[in-house]
Amino acid sequence: MDYLKAFIVGGVLCVIGQVLIDRTRLTPARILVGYVVAGAILTLIGVYDPLVQFAGAGATVPLTGFGYCLANGVKEAVEKQGFLGIFTGGLTATAGGIAVAILCGFLAGLFSKPKAK
Amino acid sequence: MTQEAYRNRVKAAAPKSPLGKNIVMAFLFGGGICTVGQAFLNWYLSMGLPQKSASSYTSMTMVFLGALLTALHVYDRLAKHGGAGTLVPITGFANAVASPAMEFRAEGVVLGMSAKMFIIAGPVIVCGTLASIFCGLCYFVVR
Repeated sequence: MDYLKAFIVGGVLCVIGQVLIDRTRLTPARILVGYVVAGAILTLIGVYDPLVQFAGAGATVPLTGFGYCLANGVKEAVEKQGFLGIFTGGLTATAGGIAVAILCGFLAGLFSKPKAK
Repeated sequence: MTQEAYRNRVKAAAPKSPLGKNIVMAFLFGGGICTVGQAFLNWYLSMGLPQKSASSYTSMTMVFLGALLTALHVYDRLAKHGGAGTLVPITGFANAVASPAMEFRAEGVVLGMSAKMFIIAGPVIVCGTLASIFCGLCYFVVR
């Protein structure tokens, strides 16, 4: 059942992105930025957390989930550390994903050649 | 020619983007990638990891897979069909890091690869961090 929920919610979040690509002139980079910021704001106003509880990876794997992770991390950091947490919470919570992206991107660049165009 | 007429002519000449088909493909690919993520999440949870760690490991796994498939030239082929279905999941973020890293390797490791791998990921991290600071300020004020 949780697979079905993840499939549907994740699919719908991607459909929104597809409509934005086809119906507006937003470039992929802008859409990714928009998703992350939207995820953070939706988490702030308390909308995204219920969606994560409902859909699991369907809500955390799309980039809105990256924004959710940022906002959630900063929330907990503020609760624990007060003012300092405003600045440390977001990047601390997302550090794992960013570090793996940098490591794997670096290795990909070292060991794989781009296809000739 | 008025702007209106020009716009209509551009519209008629532009290649038709089959929105219906694109939406179905985005749904299937995006849903599929999230289902893979759910499988990893369930697996990590079944190993007794707390929810938070399991979720982080899932993101890291998906990023790894996205970069690996990019390095193997598989992800770009998927993206041709999947559209936003392969862009919006975090595997698309990994693709956006790995792809320019491969592309700009020829321009050097430091100013080529290391700099250019953030060409898309950079704005995402900058805007994401700013949004998180904004959220932090809000949480701090209402606390």
